[in-house]
Amino acid sequence: MKNLKYLLLRRTTQIGLMFLYFAANAYGWNILAGTFGTSYIFGVIPLADPYTTLQVLATGFVLATDVLLGAAIITMFYFVVGGRAFCSWVCPINMVTDLANWLRRKLDLDKEEVNYRFLKRSARYWIMVLGIIVSALIGVAAFEVVSPITIMQRGIVFGFGMGGAVVLAIFLFDLFGVKNGWCGHLCPLGAAYSVIGSKSLIRVKHDHEACTNCMDCKVVCPENQVLHMVNKESISVTDGECTNCGRCVDVCNDNALGFGIRSFGSSVLKTEEKAETK
Amino acid sequence: MADNNHSNGRRNFMATTVQSVGLAALGGMLWSGYTDSVKASPLVLRPPGALKEEDFLTACIKCGLCAEACVNRDTNVDKETGLQRPGTLQMAKGGDSVLIGTPYFIPTEVPCYMCEEIPCVPVCPSGALDMSSLLNEKEELDINKATMGLAVVHKESCIAFWGIQCDACYRACPLMDVAITLEYQKNDRTGKHAFLLPIVQDHACTGCGLCEIACVTEEPAIFVLPNDIAKGKAGDHYVKGWDAKDQERVADAKGQETMTELSKKAADDYLNTEVEY
Repeated sequence: MKNLKYLLLRRTTQIGLMFLYFAANAYGWNILAGTFGTSYIFGVIPLADPYTTLQVLATGFVLATDVLLGAAIITMFYFVVGGRAFCSWVCPINMVTDLANWLRRKLDLDKEEVNYRFLKRSARYWIMVLGIIVSALIGVAAFEVVSPITIMQRGIVFGFGMGGAVVLAIFLFDLFGVKNGWCGHLCPLGAAYSVIGSKSLIRVKHDHEACTNCMDCKVVCPENQVLHMVNKESISVTDGECTNCGRCVDVCNDNALGFGIRSFGSSVLKTEEKAETK
Repeated sequence: MADNNHSNGRRNFMATTVQSVGLAALGGMLWSGYTDSVKASPLVLRPPGALKEEDFLTACIKCGLCAEACVNRDTNVDKETGLQRPGTLQMAKGGDSVLIGTPYFIPTEVPCYMCEEIPCVPVCPSGALDMSSLLNEKEELDINKATMGLAVVHKESCIAFWGIQCDACYRACPLMDVAITLEYQKNDRTGKHAFLLPIVQDHACTGCGLCEIACVTEEPAIFVLPNDIAKGKAGDHYVKGWDAKDQERVADAKGQETMTELSKKAADDYLNTEVEY
């Protein structure tokens, strides 16, 4: 039987957090109230989305200290657990796009994948910067106007309205359009967390000795370009685009992948090794 | 060969850079246009203490804490069933014609009950709901300081203006006799009755909307509009000559008199003589 440990842990975390947000509105619970823009743990500790915060600051509005403090706390937290851990462990859209991705595999849609040359994985970084520029130009946090992430979260907490169409659109886009289209190509929030993730502490580590080159990890990975070291060298996945979802760890039958702490000396070591080989 | 590859590489690099910048510019323009159009929702009523609409849209981080505080306040209980009522504040959804994710209210659905403790405002983390605008002389939170909108009476559909006795809005107003006053007027049609006319006092009305939901006509004859929409503006060049304070604005102004042939023959000024200003 396939190991589903991290997948189940992730779904539990995602659904659990969404339920806490929902309960804050529906039952007046105080454990986790608000939405990603700003929330409070027990009404005391502020949490705020760093990218949203940047957009509001770009409009020229001087935010109150709670939001700035909240953004700092979230940034520090993801520096530890891995930037895009937000994407795979918290974001509700992840469940939608994972479902689309799973259906793509089941329906063999991947095989005939159209090569959307105009849509590169780097597009999200352009969109991330563009979001800040448009916020500054128009005077409204620009991504928040269209973000399917907060639309879905507010949908869960306050009711969807027409917002459900946006979530459905993302699902159809990922299923029939571009593979990993939203999370892996377009989402500027994921891009912002990628920037944090490129320096974050907890990372997937690869053991080249144990690997049998079955490539199961690359099939399930939503950002499989980050697994370039598989069956080549024993290093950590240092790429910020890795979401720390742990699917590769789950599907690996050789114990060649697991979570660990980023080794900071590795780059120095590598240059020394290179010098020696010369 | 190597040189050729090199120049091809450079050309490709240039081409993809130009392409990326061009697409980013296209996307940026579409995005800006969309954002600019959806932020225009002039008819929306915001929570108490909200900054001016333009600034509010900038400042609101769309967290929903105000709406959660509103619906979960202790007083929000149906007196008959003992169950929780829907909250006043809604978070704008797609299709609401209000910038998505921002809090607002519709008086005919749920008006603002003007809670004394104002639960929705202190929870705002971003500063979009400004506590300082709701402080009274004693530096206490005072909901009567709120300026969410202004109630406007449509005389032609208000039955009190027809001469029918109705004071529903006057009695529903949390600032009865202050924000809505009754003006008595003789009803010339019957010759023996009085009109009891509801008059909204601009300086006191908070825009809570309790009058609107209380109004008995098929479509409310009294309704709350955002201040920008409901209010006119005379302009700074009008000075109230009978108001000592307003007169101070032109204390330094110098008179300028133009003498023409006509002005030698002064007109009778009987209206303005022996009048105290």
